[in-house]
Amino acid sequence: MSDLSYVRAEMLPEKAPPVSTSGAVGWVRENLFNGVGNSILTILSLFMVYLVLSALLPWVFSPTWNAASLNDCRTILAGHEGACWGVINERWPQLLFGFYPNGSEEGTVDQRWRPILTFVLLFVAVIPVLFNMISRRMNWVLLLGALGIAFVTRGGVLTMIIGVALLAGAAYVAFQLFNTNKVDRAEEIASGAKRLPNPLIFSAVFPFLAPWLLWGGSIWGPIGALLGFVIGALVFRAVTAVAGSLMGIIAAVLSAVIWWLFLMGGFAWAMESIISLGLEPVESRKFGGFMLSITIGVVAIGCSLPIGIVLALGRQSDLMIVKSLCVGFIEFIRGVPLITLLFVASTLLNIFMPPGSNFDIIVRVLIMVTLFASAYMAEVVRGGLAALPKGQYEAADALGLDYWKAQRLIIMPQALKISIPGIVSTFIGVFKDTTLVSIIGLLDPLGLSNAIRADANWNGVVWELYGFIALMFFVFCFSMSRYSMYLERKLRTDHH
Amino acid sequence: MKKTVFLGALTVAGLAAGASAAATLDDVKARGKLNCGVTTGLVGFAAPDANGHWDGFDVGVCRAVAAAVLGDAEAVEFVPTTGKTRFTALASGEIDMLARNTTWTLSRDVDLKFTFVGVNYYDGQGFMVPKGLGVSSAKELDGATVCIQTGTTTELNLADFFRANNMSYEPVPIETNAEAQQQYLAGACDVYTTDASGLAATRATFEAPADHVLLPEIISKEPLGPLVRHGDNEWGDVVRWTLNALISAEELGITSANIGELGAAAGDNPEVNRILGTEGNLGEMLGLDAGWAKAAIMAGGNYGELFEKNIGENTPIALSRGLNAQWQDGGLIYSPPFR
Repeated sequence: MSDLSYVRAEMLPEKAPPVSTSGAVGWVRENLFNGVGNSILTILSLFMVYLVLSALLPWVFSPTWNAASLNDCRTILAGHEGACWGVINERWPQLLFGFYPNGSEEGTVDQRWRPILTFVLLFVAVIPVLFNMISRRMNWVLLLGALGIAFVTRGGVLTMIIGVALLAGAAYVAFQLFNTNKVDRAEEIASGAKRLPNPLIFSAVFPFLAPWLLWGGSIWGPIGALLGFVIGALVFRAVTAVAGSLMGIIAAVLSAVIWWLFLMGGFAWAMESIISLGLEPVESRKFGGFMLSITIGVVAIGCSLPIGIVLALGRQSDLMIVKSLCVGFIEFIRGVPLITLLFVASTLLNIFMPPGSNFDIIVRVLIMVTLFASAYMAEVVRGGLAALPKGQYEAADALGLDYWKAQRLIIMPQALKISIPGIVSTFIGVFKDTTLVSIIGLLDPLGLSNAIRADANWNGVVWELYGFIALMFFVFCFSMSRYSMYLERKLRTDHH
Repeated sequence: MKKTVFLGALTVAGLAAGASAAATLDDVKARGKLNCGVTTGLVGFAAPDANGHWDGFDVGVCRAVAAAVLGDAEAVEFVPTTGKTRFTALASGEIDMLARNTTWTLSRDVDLKFTFVGVNYYDGQGFMVPKGLGVSSAKELDGATVCIQTGTTTELNLADFFRANNMSYEPVPIETNAEAQQQYLAGACDVYTTDASGLAATRATFEAPADHVLLPEIISKEPLGPLVRHGDNEWGDVVRWTLNALISAEELGITSANIGELGAAAGDNPEVNRILGTEGNLGEMLGLDAGWAKAAIMAGGNYGELFEKNIGENTPIALSRGLNAQWQDGGLIYSPPFR
């Protein structure tokens, strides 16, 4: 064999693809200038984008952040078009917190740390419910850290000491967290090492902690309310062992209701007289701005899902009374506009109740918005239930699971997964609907924008306020939407 | 039959409610705070500042009443009400009084069962047009497009006015004053009509206020004043005479500057002495202490001072006194004597 060959013996190295099909140029050719028609459209679109931005950007970037009034803005701008951001600079705390005491009035102190802490704790409480992505210890670090910072910033010797202790605890747990390997830790846990308590405990306490932080007053009220549930659970456990689960539920509900109605007041009063522990009360009238929107939104979102699930199950139930009650409720609420319900809350209830009985306006609104959201949620969940193949129900029966176990272990996890987009849509809708409360005189961000315009300095400012409010709403709604997409990806069980 | 029983029960409940709600003055004193209904925001009349502290002409009345009853002008809980919720808020007892530029009409007084205790601002519906339109009288507005807030008395007044003068117009319905400003400035309508005070406030916010004129015609009477529920005359008296004290104070020359001096000891003018409690027992008759009117006037000054500070000619709104001048100066502001 000669070493003469007509065929190349070795492989040529790979060449980079031509510039025209790779990298930025390739992408542009592929997506923007792919043919004559598309090229023309691209140029036209770019021109439109340019037109919009060239009008918008100079308006947005106007040097009016420190202006003290609309006329001030006009002097600064000297005839140029531009936004008047001074109004946001002056009023953003009000848009966020409404009339929550900010220490400007004589004899009051700045209380705005309370809504901030509540908001932070909301995330700490919600993370173990919504995400599986941070570890139990990370969650405790967050909780101890948030509480510690809150205590330290309060000042005072005792609170300082507690705060520093909490922060030290957080630092210790964090040190342990970063010092142990994930795999080692998993082995330790498997071999029965002691773990920190489940952070879901805090998630359960949070619904009682949050109202106390926001509205203030004695701490023994919320503790009493929490004790009602504890008593109910204990009674349920005791009675179920003796007389079956139905009797257990009845006895538990009865004992809890008796506690709440007759004994709780005395308990709170007695404890208050022994150890007086409380925050300065803040009236509902002081709530406003995004704090109000978020309070209404979070309560409605948090309560409407469980109520909606129960209603959806009730609607599918074979028990005639349960079914007709649920159908009646859902159809009635869905047949009435939210504004009507809000008017009922703000005016009708007021007339029907005995004068002097002061049923808090915000609580009334909370109840109405929650009921409204629950009815829609029930139908969304029912959609998920209906989409589930009948085989799943039959499989659950075949396994010998009882109704609640079948729902909990087989039906609901699948039905809720199917309904995620619908559920989150409802959440976003409810959150945006909270702006309707401005119609009944509550100063949510939109109501406040009107009140701010009533200041002679800012009368005539429109776009800046609405723009700011829209931006804030977009941030909240967009994060909810992204979370739903994350959840859908995470819960995907089919294979692609 | 069943319906009758139900209605009867409601009536009884209502009567019981009326009876137990009668002592508003005692309620306010016990509560230590006056619940006063105001607008959710109207330039010059009621608006919260950056710290949430309410200010304005109507707010001044609330503060004066709080000062008269409780001795503290800050002891007011301001309850923002909208045009739709204001009357139920008052009727249900959520608020003790309403000071929300509300027009005194027969149906509100009689049918809705409220007592208007007086008038703190005489308003009327006017028209604003761009100067470039070349119009000098509302009679020349035939065929104009008019921005008008829906569901208000201004809408009805406008229809009456144009029909009476045999003219036609094209309504552009709008919801709020802010929207009206935008529409009017964008040229969506030739004319904007609402209360003259509102027009002045709106014009004050324009970049070039001089390019717009308020036409001389005022086509309606809008006496605005504070109101309370029917059936509690003692409370009505307190609010009425607090307002009258502010008005009389201006007439008699009692200002927030000289009130300390005048109120320290009985002076030469017996009526001043009676108002300020250095003579007679007017406060006692009202169920208040002797210094009630003094406290009310000190809260924000007399009627004229309140006017000048909130909506007068030195403010951006720049309203002239006009009908709201004292009676000696040719206005309608007039208080019965303190005797």
